[in-house]
Amino acid sequence: MNLLSWIGRQAIELFSTLGFFFIVGLKAFTGIFSGTWSKEDLFEQLERVGVGSVLVVSITSAFTGMVLAVQTLDQFVRFGATGYIGGVIALSMVREMSPVLTGLVVSGRIGAAMAAEIGSMKVTEQIDALRTFGLEPHVFVGVPRLLAGLVMLPVLTLFSFVIGITGGFLYVAAHGVNAHLFRRSVEALLAPSDIYGGLLKAAVFGVLIVVSACGQGFMAGQGARGVGTATTKAVVWGNMLILVFNYVLSSLLFGGIKG
Amino acid sequence: MDPVMRMQGVSVSFDGREVIGGMDMTLPVGEITCLMGPSGCGKTTALKLASGLLKPDKGRIELLGKVIGPETQEDELVEVRKELGVVFQGGALFDSLSVGQNIAFPLKYCRGIEDPESISKMVLDMLEHVELEDVRDKYPAMLSGGMRKRVAIARSLVHSPSLLLLDEPTTGLDPVTARHIDQLVVDLCGEFGFTALVVTHDIVSALGIGDTLLLMHEGRIAWRGVPVEWERSDHPMVKSFAQGMVSVGRTGGEKM
Repeated sequence: MNLLSWIGRQAIELFSTLGFFFIVGLKAFTGIFSGTWSKEDLFEQLERVGVGSVLVVSITSAFTGMVLAVQTLDQFVRFGATGYIGGVIALSMVREMSPVLTGLVVSGRIGAAMAAEIGSMKVTEQIDALRTFGLEPHVFVGVPRLLAGLVMLPVLTLFSFVIGITGGFLYVAAHGVNAHLFRRSVEALLAPSDIYGGLLKAAVFGVLIVVSACGQGFMAGQGARGVGTATTKAVVWGNMLILVFNYVLSSLLFGGIKG
Repeated sequence: MDPVMRMQGVSVSFDGREVIGGMDMTLPVGEITCLMGPSGCGKTTALKLASGLLKPDKGRIELLGKVIGPETQEDELVEVRKELGVVFQGGALFDSLSVGQNIAFPLKYCRGIEDPESISKMVLDMLEHVELEDVRDKYPAMLSGGMRKRVAIARSLVHSPSLLLLDEPTTGLDPVTARHIDQLVVDLCGEFGFTALVVTHDIVSALGIGDTLLLMHEGRIAWRGVPVEWERSDHPMVKSFAQGMVSVGRTGGEKM
């Protein structure tokens, strides 16, 4: 009975949280055209999400590309398929690794910071202050962050493609794989639709990170503990949503057997 | 003249507990009304009702001609809120904005003023009123508690609201700074002619600035009158509240 009630409570919390995220996201999307948000804040958020994440995304992507090369080089040499290694690394990075890793890195870095900032604003009555000025906090606070996530995640992911593939190339080149062969393989296996698919995933992840961070910030309880809990939940929810939607989007964009 | 705000039979409950029960309150034009009461009696909830931040579960509130009831939608309150100035207990200044940007905020979003020169002039003028001309480029975290309260008052008045609501403006301040804030509220009220509701548990402050005093007890107005009547009152709630405040002071004094 206790287990059943626990499952019931968890299910209610899960759906009520998802419902709140949906409302926050919907208000922010519809609020884009209202004009009651700060352009200065948008530039600040673009810088925080984009420029501020370049270094950590670069390091993560470079080493991920290199690890992909480490794991595949020996097997491909053994089966005489060295000519495919560049393409396989590029496909892995572009379709999966770059969007997901960029999403997870930004979720940990920016999602947490956004939730903490909005949670603090709520605790210190700054959110109420916005309402007394006739502003809708979900729009005023949410729109610049939503746009920053929507724009900057694809930009960072594009950056991650290049860095990750370069990292993989440097490893295999150091182990005797011809640069021309690597490039030919990338050109042969990688289609523009793979790049568009990867960028679309990144844009969706950007929205998910911001919606879960803003949602948890707005739901933050009282005091430092409330803000801390909201921050943790924002990262957990952001990462969970990224992985779930990654499966859904991968199935829709790249799933099935194509000729 | 119609009052700026009138509450009639207003009740609010949180988690099944009634915080405000059948409350009636009127704010006459141009007067400072002080709402007193012990912690937890519902003062801040009453202020949030008066500002339209909370909607009543029962009863009605007339705020600057707009009727707020249980069914009132959030977007119906946008315009009336722009006519309010609210000073929150902690100031609620925006951390990421400088003092000047904080004060400019209502000019931009409540009055739609975009011209930087006009905004800058009005911000400086307001900072002069609260005697803080030198802090325009500082951030809220760099200010003392008293300075933050004065900046919050400046921000709440810069767009010339009809009603100013202050939540515990002197709490956490030393007596000298607290009296300075009181004087500022009285001076600005005289100069700008706004109506004010001051929520406080500081009797000295309330007696000093209030035209009308209201005493709250367990979510209802238990007593109302003017400062002279407060001093002569035999009402048990008034005596209890006044004596309670004095005895706390004596205990502290004996311990020293």
